[in-house]
Amino acid sequence: MLTTEQTIMWMEKMSIKVQENKEYLTSLDQAIGDGDHGINLSRGFSEVVSKISATNYNSSSDVLKDVAMTLMSKVGGASGPLYGTAFLKLSMALNEKESTFETFTTGVDEALNGIIMRGKAQPGEKTMVDVWSPVVKLFKETNEFNSDKLKDVAREAAEATKDVKATKGRASYLGDRSIGHIDSGSMSSYYLFEALAEVLSEGAK
Amino acid sequence: MSSVGIVLISHSSKIVDGVYDLISQVMTDVPISVAGGTNDGEIGTSIDKILAAIEEVYNEKGVLLLYDLGSAMMNAELAVELSGYENIIVGENVPLVEGGYVAAVESSMGKTLEEVYAAVKTI
Repeated sequence: MLTTEQTIMWMEKMSIKVQENKEYLTSLDQAIGDGDHGINLSRGFSEVVSKISATNYNSSSDVLKDVAMTLMSKVGGASGPLYGTAFLKLSMALNEKESTFETFTTGVDEALNGIIMRGKAQPGEKTMVDVWSPVVKLFKETNEFNSDKLKDVAREAAEATKDVKATKGRASYLGDRSIGHIDSGSMSSYYLFEALAEVLSEGAK
Repeated sequence: MSSVGIVLISHSSKIVDGVYDLISQVMTDVPISVAGGTNDGEIGTSIDKILAAIEEVYNEKGVLLLYDLGSAMMNAELAVELSGYENIIVGENVPLVEGGYVAAVESSMGKTLEEVYAAVKTI
């Protein structure tokens, strides 16, 4: 489903989205977190793009493994280990298998489990899990890729974190004051799935 | 006889350097290392720094990792997985200053890793 070239395009698109929305992500994180999300992700994905554009790859799994290692070593905030773990799990699921909708579904499911394991978060705690969970559910309930649906589900899920009280992460120290702000990790997760949807819908044309 | 190694991890190098100074004033014979800030010296944590700190104090009695805030715990756990060592514990929700101090005291008395961790858990 996802070719090596598409995987590289996915990461390039994600990097562009993160750079374009750097200030917005930072403002979301400043409201209820430590304010480093935009800066950390823009730096992390610039490093990712430099790394993967300077390397030759034979599989999307290999690309994603380098994405994971780069984010883990270059991002100092929570997004490094969380996105790093997610990409590593996705890479492992796609390893040496034909990239089909089913293997990719398994991959995003395992990526979600990796995020839950690493961050010890559950759905409903105002974290990126709140976007990844409905996205995984969408993949499991369908049997072919639908980019419009993916974008809608991810965006709605990210926006829905606004009304949730944070019980995990730095925002949880704020209690009720965290209500009324979108979770920054959920927003960046939406950009990631939006980027995937755009790359795959371009490929289908 | 070796003592349990202690790694102090913080988003800020000043925090762990300060805790290190505090403990060193009393305890000089315990292997303690620090991993504070990112590779660029900014606020955050670094897997590379944590791995290096583990190597610095690692011995057969094991190592206890203590951290300040949530994302430091994630990087601590990742570093432990990458290190390949078995006898390392990441102390969950242990206050860094008090925990570091108690861990150093217990370690200096020749306690095992499990005993040191049990002592800091009571804080």
